Amino acid sequence: MDILVFLENQQGTLHRISREAVVAAQEFAREPGLSVAAFWLGTLPPGVAEELNALGVAEWIQVSSPVLNDYSADGYTAAFCELIRQEQPRYIFMGHSYRVRDFVPRVSTRLNRPFISDVIHFAWKEQGPVFTKQIFNAKMVTDMQAQGDGPVLVSFQAAAFSEEKLAAGSPAAREMTLDLPADIVRSRAEEPFQEETGGVDLTAADLIVSIGRGIGKKENIPLAQALADKMGAELGSSRPLVDAGWMPPQRQVGSSGQSVAPKLYFALGISGAIQHVIGMKGSKNVVAINKDPEAPIFEIADYGVVGDILELIPLLTEALPG
Amino acid sequence: MKIGVLIKQVPGSEASLRILPDHSWIDESTLEFEMNESDSYALEEALQIVEREGDGEVVAISMGPEPRTTKVLREALAKGAHRAIHIVESPPYEIDPLLVGHIIKNAIAEEHFDLLFSGLQSNDLSQGQTGLVVGELLGMNTATLVMATEMQDDHIRVKRELEGRWFQWVTIPLPAVLTIQSGINQPRYPSLKGIMGAKKKEIRIVPKETVLPEVEKTQSFGSIYIPQKEKKTVMIEGDATTVVQKLVDVFKHEIKIL
Ligand SMILES: Cc1cc2nc3c(=O)[nH]c(=O)nc-3n(C[C@H](O)[C@H](O)[C@H](O)COP(=O)(O)OP(=O)(O)OC[C@H]3O[C@@H](n4cnc5c(N)ncnc54)[C@H](O)[C@@H]3O)c2cc1C
Ligand SMILES: Nc1ncnc2c1ncn2[C@@H]1O[C@H](COP(=O)(O)O)[C@@H](O)[C@H]1O
Repeated sequence: MDILVFLENQQGTLHRISREAVVAAQEFAREPGLSVAAFWLGTLPPGVAEELNALGVAEWIQVSSPVLNDYSADGYTAAFCELIRQEQPRYIFMGHSYRVRDFVPRVSTRLNRPFISDVIHFAWKEQGPVFTKQIFNAKMVTDMQAQGDGPVLVSFQAAAFSEEKLAAGSPAAREMTLDLPADIVRSRAEEPFQEETGGVDLTAADLIVSIGRGIGKKENIPLAQALADKMGAELGSSRPLVDAGWMPPQRQVGSSGQSVAPKLYFALGISGAIQHVIGMKGSKNVVAINKDPEAPIFEIADYGVVGDILELIPLLTEALPG
Repeated sequence: MKIGVLIKQVPGSEASLRILPDHSWIDESTLEFEMNESDSYALEEALQIVEREGDGEVVAISMGPEPRTTKVLREALAKGAHRAIHIVESPPYEIDPLLVGHIIKNAIAEEHFDLLFSGLQSNDLSQGQTGLVVGELLGMNTATLVMATEMQDDHIRVKRELEGRWFQWVTIPLPAVLTIQSGINQPRYPSLKGIMGAKKKEIRIVPKETVLPEVEKTQSFGSIYIPQKEKKTVMIEGDATTVVQKLVDVFKHEIKIL
């Protein structure tokens, strides 16, 4: 098989980012006519097999081993290396999930083969494929190329490919048992948990005024709170304000915060990093104010203002009726 | 407890970047560089562990050119790191995380750290790999996206961030590499005394040429460019009063929330 796609188990379901990786593989394979297979590590939760049986790939492999029943970086690293040794794929595609961040760099090191991470786009060139990656906080991009012979590990940024384009099929299913010694797993993991939300539920909010590092200092937050109050909106924020202890964690929007879909998401001094955008791109309307005309938030906003939020917030609060 | 902290120097977040005429990299001549954000959290966590344990050593490690690398290492020393290692590199910089990892490993292998911290990812290349590569090469245990630490004799218990506000505690034996997520602590500012004291602390110089690995490059890029934007945004323009009035109109008539 030319391309193997890693199908990630996210709390008993197929991770959305893995479906996106299958889409990437389907598109990548089309031009040169490559074959695509997918694999799942560990036991199959109820319902997942049906979904895998409908994926538009040649086959999917269920990889079993006692060390794969729970996730561990050691177990997954060993399984990936062994699977790659046995199947000899040219590419291993996956979503750039937190789990992939956790162990794939170690697979890359063990195999001495490249891990081209967080890719947003690819293109077939004369010299082979290039993988576009954002650098300098998405202000620039560059085309990465793998060197040398052997498998290439590629992870795709969340939402870079649309799962709606997923082609269906009727793949063959195969089981594969890996003989991995139990003592390779050196870590002991406890049960995952979520922290108290303190009664804040941004997911139910119709209107969200959300502030980012552009708010400048903690003392300016009441300005934004006054605007939110006048609009009848909840106050949300980007991660750096939570990291700084200026905003409570329950109000963070993004991949490590809440996913929201309000009627209006009003982004104030937020640059629009992908980890933030993931949490708010479902909003019906996005209005953004940012002093930098190049800020990526303007790529997803419906309405944009290039300006200083510290000047505009008080004026707007004043001008709103009620 | 001997803790190494990998620290990268990156352009400040507000910096406006210009691409070199040959598109090989950005023009660094006028840029201010600072400590990579998650690395400053990593440094703080290392300092706090050594303070909690009551003894130990924190060693700041950075690969990069003069003078910015020395500046960032001096800042780490001023905050409380005990000594530093500077792997001196001049452009063109190595961008393959595997090669960078091998070089750093060669420069620090003899230190035998109990713990090695890195940031979650660098704000320039954002590979999210370098620390783990070093850890794997040194046969160390690893944990990523760490949001809290607890020492337990020859183990460390860490709180890992998972997706969608889930967390998980994981215990791993030492020696271990942790990649630190921003927000784990509140990084300190250097004190005046710290800044004065930093001048006397050791920075071991390691020329990159002396620690080059046997392995070949596995990934590279030719040029960098500004992404094409697909803006669908309606831009609202004018002076502050006009903008505010137009925003109120949009809220009232277009989005219909007033
Ligand atoms: C694994 C991982 C998970 C993450 N999870 C999240 C998450 O859940 N949520 C999240 O938000 N981030 C998350 N991040 C961080 C994310 O990558 C960005 O660093 C963060 O979103 C940036 O926040 P920001 O836009 O507020 O700050 P910055 O990127 O610093 O942007 C500040 C913006 O404010 C503008 N500005 C400054 N002053 C003014 C002014 N006076 N008026 C108008 N505009 C002004 C600037 O032009 C700039 O665009 C995560 C990162 C990682 C690696
Ligand atoms: N040149 C470097 N010098 C020191 N540490 C580095 C260097 N490059 C990367 N790192 C460390 O590795 C982390 C991840 O970087 P990256 O793999 O580029 O995303 C950074 O946050 C640093 O802690």
